[in-house]
Amino acid sequence: MRYVVANEDVCIGCRLCEIACVVEHSKTKDIVKAYKFEEKRELPRSHVEEVGPVSLSITCRHCDDPRCVAACITGAMRKGEDGRVTVDIEKCVGCWSCVMACPYGSVGMDKEDRKSVKCDLCGDREIPACVEACPNRALIVVEEEVG
Amino acid sequence: MSKETKYVIIGGGVAGLGAIEGIREVDKEGEITLVTMEAYPPYSRPGISYWLYGKLDDTTMPLRDDSFYSNLGVTLMTDCEATSIDTKAGTIKTKGGKDIPFDRLLIATGGSPILPPIDGAEGLDMVFSFTTYKDAREIGKKRDKIKRAVVVGGGLIGLKAAEALNNIGVKVTVLELMDRILSLAFDKTAGDLVAKGLVEAGIEIITEDTAQKVVSDGGKIMEIVLRSGKSVEADALILAIGVRPRVELAGGAGIDVGRGILVDERLMTNIKDIYAAGDASEAYDIIYRERRVTPILPNAYGQGKQAGRNMAGTDEPYEGGLSMNAIGFYGLDTISIGLVDPPENGGYDVLVRLDKENNIYRKLVTKEGRLFGAVLVGEVERAGIFASLIRDGVSIAGLEETMLSGEFGHVHMDRDLRVKRLERR
Repeated sequence: MRYVVANEDVCIGCRLCEIACVVEHSKTKDIVKAYKFEEKRELPRSHVEEVGPVSLSITCRHCDDPRCVAACITGAMRKGEDGRVTVDIEKCVGCWSCVMACPYGSVGMDKEDRKSVKCDLCGDREIPACVEACPNRALIVVEEEVG
Repeated sequence: MSKETKYVIIGGGVAGLGAIEGIREVDKEGEITLVTMEAYPPYSRPGISYWLYGKLDDTTMPLRDDSFYSNLGVTLMTDCEATSIDTKAGTIKTKGGKDIPFDRLLIATGGSPILPPIDGAEGLDMVFSFTTYKDAREIGKKRDKIKRAVVVGGGLIGLKAAEALNNIGVKVTVLELMDRILSLAFDKTAGDLVAKGLVEAGIEIITEDTAQKVVSDGGKIMEIVLRSGKSVEADALILAIGVRPRVELAGGAGIDVGRGILVDERLMTNIKDIYAAGDASEAYDIIYRERRVTPILPNAYGQGKQAGRNMAGTDEPYEGGLSMNAIGFYGLDTISIGLVDPPENGGYDVLVRLDKENNIYRKLVTKEGRLFGAVLVGEVERAGIFASLIRDGVSIAGLEETMLSGEFGHVHMDRDLRVKRLERR
């Protein structure tokens, strides 16, 4: 299974991972358009926590036995055969049960549309956009054999 | 090579679905048959309120696609009620008189709505319960005839029914016997904040009162007379005071039953190879440290999944249930986890932050430096971190102040704790 983790020792809290994530999930995949001209600005699927000198980007671990999936009331949250945990926004009703369940706090809330948003490992991208954008290589892709 | 194991699951809720997924993690070959008395494959039970006002529809209500079952080789038997279990022969009998053999059985019969006796309610076609897809469809079919509705019960189900009806233009009155709504899952402050939002949205809430009598004319409901003597005009009555574990099938087969079906730490009943999970059962609860009926969806799914794995040969204890509820009414998000109204002499400390003006409320219930319960209203981001800290019994000493703020995250923990909490599970 693959997932993205941060090395907090080298994270500088620049939030470029969040920006790259917004752009990657936008319609145009163009930073200017994504931020200024698209009808709705996408929310980042990862978020940077920061207090004083400590900062790190936190995103979905794509757990083996995901609590978000167990808690989802509509079956919108699913773990696919490829190991990715994704949310089907057609089925999501914004009850936030997944937010209540995720031990990492990594399911985001689109309050405007009342839909959960989370890391999808950037679809077919070989290297997720956040990892590629990290200037300090604080973000790394972990690959684990599925047990 | 021995013959394939035959798994039978009774009940088409999330516990049954979890069991399918749990069995298939371990055993890819065995025959799985799921029997449900309902007309539908497992669907979103809490989704019925969203269905009623159109946020979900018939295509989005099923929890899994049809192909899910065929791909996993699951035989789905809908409209099929199990009427008895022969534990010696290893068969269940269905209403049609058919015997279905099993090697391992899961009883996940869920709960049935508690119907309070109300004078004059019997036999009226505009009296509904609100726990099944069928209930929602019945109401949906008759929606043109419903201008005013009375909902009995100010718990989660009753309020979700009230919200849905209000959203489709029905004037709704909720009756709650306690002095506040949501008394099971939330504390008074949270309940009052939710109530305020509901009232602003146009729903009437009457507490410390309930329906006593239905006045009807030629089968048509005219008004509901309350215990206090007040009366409320209505043309429909929704009964939503709660559910009780459906244990008759298990009890009739000689399976040990308390309030719910009793299971051991592997979720097996007192009869070998027969398991139980979900709202029908009494499984271990990590806060109360005893077996308890906690009819909430994540527990039901988790129990079903673990029962399924164990039925297929994994020998692992159930991790234990943790009560938690997430609800949102008219933009006010509210989450409760674990113990939210601790007993006064239990040695618990309660920490609170209330910002009434902005509808923000946070409450932590702690004991000896550990978190036992949390209520989050208005700011519910990263609530799962709280659930996880409760579940793992981690010391939160020194973190209380930041946990009361809306900003709390892993970054507030000391490094060792944070690194550990962020490990993949």
